[in-house]
Amino acid sequence: MAVKKYEAGVKEYRHTYWAPEYVPLDSDILACFKIIPQPGVDREEAAAAVAAESSTGTWTTVWTDLLTDMDYYKGRAYRIEDVPGDDTCFYAFVAYPIDLFEEGSVVNVFTSLVGNVFGFKAIRALRLEDVRFPLAYVKTCNGPPHGIQVERDKMNKYGRPLLGCTIKPKLGLSAKNYGRAVYECLRGGLDFTKDDENVNSQPFMRWRDRFLFVQDAIENAQIETGERKGHYLNVTAPSPEEMYERAEFAKEIGSPIIMHDFLTGGFTANTGLARWCRKHGMLLHIHRAMHAVLDRNPHHGIHFRVLAKALRLSGGDHLHSGTVVGKLEGDRGATLGWVDLMRESFIPEDRSRGIMFDQDWGSMPGVLPVASGGIHVWHMPALVNIFGDDSVLQFGGGTLGHPWGNAAGAAANRVALEACVEARNEGRELEREGKEILTNAAKDSPELKIAMETWKEIKFEFDTVDKLDVVNR
Amino acid sequence: MADIQDYNSTPKYETFSYLPAMTPEKMRRQIAFIVSQGWNPGVEHVEPARAFNYYWYMWKLPMFGEQSVEAIIAELEACHRAHPSHHVRLIGYDNYSQSQGSSFVVFRGR
Repeated sequence: MAVKKYEAGVKEYRHTYWAPEYVPLDSDILACFKIIPQPGVDREEAAAAVAAESSTGTWTTVWTDLLTDMDYYKGRAYRIEDVPGDDTCFYAFVAYPIDLFEEGSVVNVFTSLVGNVFGFKAIRALRLEDVRFPLAYVKTCNGPPHGIQVERDKMNKYGRPLLGCTIKPKLGLSAKNYGRAVYECLRGGLDFTKDDENVNSQPFMRWRDRFLFVQDAIENAQIETGERKGHYLNVTAPSPEEMYERAEFAKEIGSPIIMHDFLTGGFTANTGLARWCRKHGMLLHIHRAMHAVLDRNPHHGIHFRVLAKALRLSGGDHLHSGTVVGKLEGDRGATLGWVDLMRESFIPEDRSRGIMFDQDWGSMPGVLPVASGGIHVWHMPALVNIFGDDSVLQFGGGTLGHPWGNAAGAAANRVALEACVEARNEGRELEREGKEILTNAAKDSPELKIAMETWKEIKFEFDTVDKLDVVNR
Repeated sequence: MADIQDYNSTPKYETFSYLPAMTPEKMRRQIAFIVSQGWNPGVEHVEPARAFNYYWYMWKLPMFGEQSVEAIIAELEACHRAHPSHHVRLIGYDNYSQSQGSSFVVFRGR
């Protein structure tokens, strides 16, 4: 065995952390970073520095390094690749031994992988593009409280996407007026309505009042339509104690689903709440406020596919995924990539969708992607085609903005959805024949007809800021 | 206000219940889709007043491996004849997802 001696001072990172000969283990956590180094720092040194600062290294040698087996615990930069179409940066692949991380702790993994290293001076900009979680680690995590199949069984929804709506105005309604808006949407044909993420427990509408009025709306809409309904009661709160108090109350009054904001609320809160939901039979809808702060800049931050993986491990039954076609940012190929990462059991590496590693989730349940934001009936054919059945399509303005009110807006969306699913099952091409399919369905639905006239001209055709790197800019 | 129409809620029964009742030709195409997905067809029925329940009465057993659209239609019609006032629905059991790939009411009861 080689003898190591202590030499004080600063060594180049590459001596310890650049290991191009290393073959990653099946149990390693693998990360792909996109790096822009400072001028004068070469690629190998920058990659090694990222591996060091996100694992065992610090800026100088310390004698206590020699009290442990650093070769076992250190992260290793094992590969460097060009970024297609962008010479300012490169990809660095880093392997971390599984024992660096506490079992079942997304918190611990991300404290290392996106911790101090993101402020490190030798790096001008750094983006975490993808992470491969080994199955051995996945099995230590709780994951989604129920998953897609169990939700379908509980809610009795089969063979089609689910339909939702966020209640607006997002702030300022009284609890009773808010419940009215919920009731109208649900009786018109939606499966779910949703608290806006900003709705917590403000002076104009305290949470307990909202929960009670909304539950009344759900129960009456269920009686009138004979269908199962829910409303995502937002339990995001200033402290875990208040969060659990709200969740317990939602369970007590019979709500089937609650909601949490996983980034502003934090991974610790989210993981705990997801475990509570499994234990108490409550579905969990996850909002992603703050994600664009982290994921929109193509050169710095954390890609959304990584945040989506983190949420699947931490736990949630729904997660907002972007719409591709609506008012919010989202490249189609990349969106389809992370939608698969949310729903499927095994997702192979696919650079055309930005997926840098195979990902095996084993038996971990899937998360339903939620398409929400600036969508209306005219988008329905494309949405059904893009997202398929295992999704929640949420029309906020596209329901509430209907000239005859929420119930008619909900019915219009439901008719459009079912017409698209029926046509798809018949083998028709939705995105090519969409207009004909909707126009035909509108013959039997005056609600859909007027919705189609109202929103005909609205489009959101701005360029995507964060494009996939496979496309030359 | 004159051009605003009132919306009345009426009892529904999940997928495709917001579309007009299925014509025989549309029903045939949806059944062909279930068969093409490799799902196992099953027929169920219930009194409309009990339609909210998860479990409806099973008509015989699911038709495991049935490939004939005609045979499936024959069972749906036999169930409908035996229970003319009941809802009759067709389920496509997906044994890989351990769920139902599809489920919709074919004959609407009264």
